[in-house]
Amino acid sequence: MKAIETKDLTKKFNGFMAVDHVNIGVEQGEVFGLLGPNGAGKSTIISMLCTILKPTSGTALVNGYDIVRDPSHVRKSIGIVFQDPSVDDRLTGRENLEMHADLYGVPENEMKSQIEKVLDLVELSDRSNEFVRNYSSGMRRRLEIARSLVHTPKILFLDEPTIGLDPQSRDHIWSYIRQLLKSEDLTIILTTHYMEEADKLCNRVAIIDHGQIVALDAPGSLKEKLGGETITVKTRNNPLFLKMIQQSGIARSAVIAGSEVKMTVESAHTLLPQVMSIAASNGIFIESISLQEPQLDDVFLHYTGRALREGGGKELSGLGAIMRRKIR
Amino acid sequence: MSELRGILSLWKREIMRYLRDRTRVASSFFQPLLWLVIFGTGLGSSIRVGVGMNYQEFIFPGIIGQTLLFTSMFMGISLIWDRQFGFLKEILVAPISRISIFIGKMLGVSTDSMIQGMIVMLLGFLIGIRITLPMVLEVVPLMVLITLGMACIGLTLASFMDSLESYGTIMTFVNMPMFFLSGALFPVYNLPAWLQWVVYIDPLTYGVDALRAIILGSAHVSPFPFYMDLAIIIAFDGFMILAGTYAFSMRK
Repeated sequence: MKAIETKDLTKKFNGFMAVDHVNIGVEQGEVFGLLGPNGAGKSTIISMLCTILKPTSGTALVNGYDIVRDPSHVRKSIGIVFQDPSVDDRLTGRENLEMHADLYGVPENEMKSQIEKVLDLVELSDRSNEFVRNYSSGMRRRLEIARSLVHTPKILFLDEPTIGLDPQSRDHIWSYIRQLLKSEDLTIILTTHYMEEADKLCNRVAIIDHGQIVALDAPGSLKEKLGGETITVKTRNNPLFLKMIQQSGIARSAVIAGSEVKMTVESAHTLLPQVMSIAASNGIFIESISLQEPQLDDVFLHYTGRALREGGGKELSGLGAIMRRKIR
Repeated sequence: MSELRGILSLWKREIMRYLRDRTRVASSFFQPLLWLVIFGTGLGSSIRVGVGMNYQEFIFPGIIGQTLLFTSMFMGISLIWDRQFGFLKEILVAPISRISIFIGKMLGVSTDSMIQGMIVMLLGFLIGIRITLPMVLEVVPLMVLITLGMACIGLTLASFMDSLESYGTIMTFVNMPMFFLSGALFPVYNLPAWLQWVVYIDPLTYGVDALRAIILGSAHVSPFPFYMDLAIIIAFDGFMILAGTYAFSMRK
């Protein structure tokens, strides 16, 4: 049995295709990454798999249970860490976990030891009796990860688990995730904006754009498929330069990413002189130039035509936004 | 069983949050005192509301009713609060039914109101109300019945709303008419027919009337028989619980 299997999973919002006949299979025990720009449909897919949203058509099996017909069993099988904060900051860390255990019906005799165990994992045992209000943003995130594990789920959804965290907290969270994978029989679905995160943690990555899967493979193979290396050039006339490069046919693909032109080539070092001469013969001034081994970023750019960093997290309105700013 | 445990857990959470907010508990003394002592003394010095009681005594049950209404309505905001701060998501994805979530919230809000209402009840001694054990034993269950319906009004409205500001506005629109029309501040017999009609629609009218019947005893000339007050309150509770659960379940 697969941990997750979607069957033509589709969601329309007022005629807009948010998720378009998505078919993915996630193996048990793997870390599966969902990558995509804002509005690509990542969160909508997660929401449907978590039974928060009903699909317009199609369905999915999560831990063998149908998300449309058997949402209650699905909910018991999964743990979720939302993108936005969702702990009660007027309660202590431990109270948050106890409440979660109550809501998920964790047997009372296992509850205490289970809570100790997850607190231990995220290194919050000594702070567990403090109000969450006094926690740092990294600690809150860790508490949320701990909470999602209290009822020993089979599948864990992490929606942008490290968004807005400092690099140190991010490293911590990555190490907890790796630890988890070693000790538990767990499948993880991860959405992220950070390529590094997907590269380091995921066994396989699906790139989503406009509600469709545009690529799905191990990060390594995705990079391999893209082949070659990347030349990034910043010029004073990017559109013209791009056009000239495309005409010359030396690059396998070339796009404008932000203020730079990125091109994928067979061998960056041997093609560099040619790139320079194309610029020179067209009177285009080059400001900077750099060569790179393929990154997952480039894979992403290649498939979606957009850089992943262009947008941060989802815009929050009202108090949620204030909260997030405060937490950051 | 797990549904029950979920309800209890949500209930407990509301109470913990409430009791930890010391300023709110402290402020709950203030408003009723203002009404009873300042308003009651001021207006009471120039009007008579019946034989065998003064104006302060007359409005005392009304102020208890007001406290139950205002607190319940105010606590309805906790639902919007939870939505804004994201905590509602955690509850909504839990394997527990929407009905149970609503019931847990309702019990929590009602308990908060009950605590406030009890505080006002105890303040009665300041204006010379003799509080006896049988009276308390009758008043408390009645207060619970009144509160449940009021809590559901707040939560139902909050189910439809996203912003704290718009809830605040709507709250005033509900609170003030319900309070003024309940007969908390004036006797409801002898009113012009059009006003009497709206007063009879207000569910709080029956709550205040029943509270008066118990607290003031024979001094109170009740426009309705006690059993009728009770029947209407219970029917209203039932209706509001259904309406609230429905509104909350429908909301995405």
